[in-house]
Amino acid sequence: MIEIRDVRKSFGEKEVLKGISGKFVPGKTSLVIGTSGSGKTVLMKCMVGLLQPTSGHILYNGDIDYVNLEEKEKKEIRKEIGMLFQGAALFDSMSVEKNVMFPLNMFTSMTIKERLNRVNECLERVNLKGANKLMPSELSGGMKKRVGIARAIVMNPKYLFCDEPNSGLDPQTSILIDELIHEITEEFNITTIVNTHDMNSVIGIGDYILFLHKGEKAWEGDKHTVLRSDNQALNDFIFASKYLREIKVQLTK
Amino acid sequence: MLSFKFFTQFGEYLFLLKKCFVNPDKPSIYWKEVMRQCIEIGVGSLTIVVIFSVFLGAVLTVQTAYQFTTPLLSKTIIGSIVTNTAVIEMAPSVTCLILAGKIGSSIASELGTMRITEQIDALEMMGVNSATYLVLPKVIAGTIMVPLLVMIAGFLEIYVGLLVGKWTNVLTPEEFMQGSIQYFIPFTVNFAVIKATTFGFIMSSIPAYLGYYTSGGALEVGKSATKAVVTSCIFILVFDYVLAEMLL
Repeated sequence: MIEIRDVRKSFGEKEVLKGISGKFVPGKTSLVIGTSGSGKTVLMKCMVGLLQPTSGHILYNGDIDYVNLEEKEKKEIRKEIGMLFQGAALFDSMSVEKNVMFPLNMFTSMTIKERLNRVNECLERVNLKGANKLMPSELSGGMKKRVGIARAIVMNPKYLFCDEPNSGLDPQTSILIDELIHEITEEFNITTIVNTHDMNSVIGIGDYILFLHKGEKAWEGDKHTVLRSDNQALNDFIFASKYLREIKVQLTK
Repeated sequence: MLSFKFFTQFGEYLFLLKKCFVNPDKPSIYWKEVMRQCIEIGVGSLTIVVIFSVFLGAVLTVQTAYQFTTPLLSKTIIGSIVTNTAVIEMAPSVTCLILAGKIGSSIASELGTMRITEQIDALEMMGVNSATYLVLPKVIAGTIMVPLLVMIAGFLEIYVGLLVGKWTNVLTPEEFMQGSIQYFIPFTVNFAVIKATTFGFIMSSIPAYLGYYTSGGALEVGKSATKAVVTSCIFILVFDYVLAEMLL
């Protein structure tokens, strides 16, 4: 479980996060949603330790305050974190197999056969069986994201962070990626946090939804309550499309 | 303001170098990476070094001979000048300026691209010390391979100079060798190796720093690569003078 309490982050004079709190539980897909520039990525980077919050607490397992840990202790927590980056962030000079195997090479003493088996398991799980020798430049956007997911889960992480996993993907592939993340979360009981502004994700996999607006937590709930909220900022975000606005009208009737 | 920026950047540069030596997770992985970089930097730069040195050696002999047409001077002086110029300045300094263009831009653009495509963040997220994994092997490889390339360059410049002297009937190989040996100071070889090692460190660490801290997009990667080459060349020239003053 991850709990964030009153997390604030400023860049110079500009306060990007204004006291965000929330609780993300294992086995559930939690979404952080909001318009571009609302602070989603900054919040995620604070949570994984790529940025240091100005103030606040980020609690892993309920009692480990990640913000105040030494770099060495943070490193240990990071080994339990898998992260899917917006552009997948695959290493260009390595094949799919080597990309997925990289964390195993760095942090385990498994034999090469065991490592290969684990890589093949993960690639099979993301429906990329046989893609081992392909280079990142030979992959489509969706395939890159799936390799990114395979690399993120190869070490059996407790926590999975996905930064806009659907960006740049067609709607069908987006749904496949969403479903894959959701299935993996439930299957391995992972605490998953997804940054997104994709409405299909919100309605499809949002077990817990945290809505950020101008750096503040404007609403929280789940996929069942998100469409019925009377929060103006959330409604402006969700029903930006006129088709969805029509659905909202029908729902309220 | 400018000096404040310089000292800030210099501090960051030192901090990055310090970070390189913290927490190497698995030495075998880093060893493989050092070997890979040695091949990339050393073997990858061999062609340009050979081409450059062959023509530089030829030009050195022809131009030196052109300036020493007086019968009052022995022809052996041409061999001496070509050899000493090649060993002291041409091989270590001029070759390194050329290599700074090739190696420096390659390192800065590689790391800059990794930074803007979040590959460095991905390494950090996995708990890998990205500086140790990405920067240290490049700096070690640069510091080892550049002196070797400089030795090859020096040998080729002298040897081609000798051959060109013979082909153009300027002086015989015997006269060339006699001049080379007669006025040769063995310390100049040590001096050249010291210079090449220093320049190898400069041309790998400065571009690594500039690439590692790139922020923005493709435009900034290009700017980092250009800045890396220019800065490396300036520091090579500065240290060329400093080392000459200190050691000669």
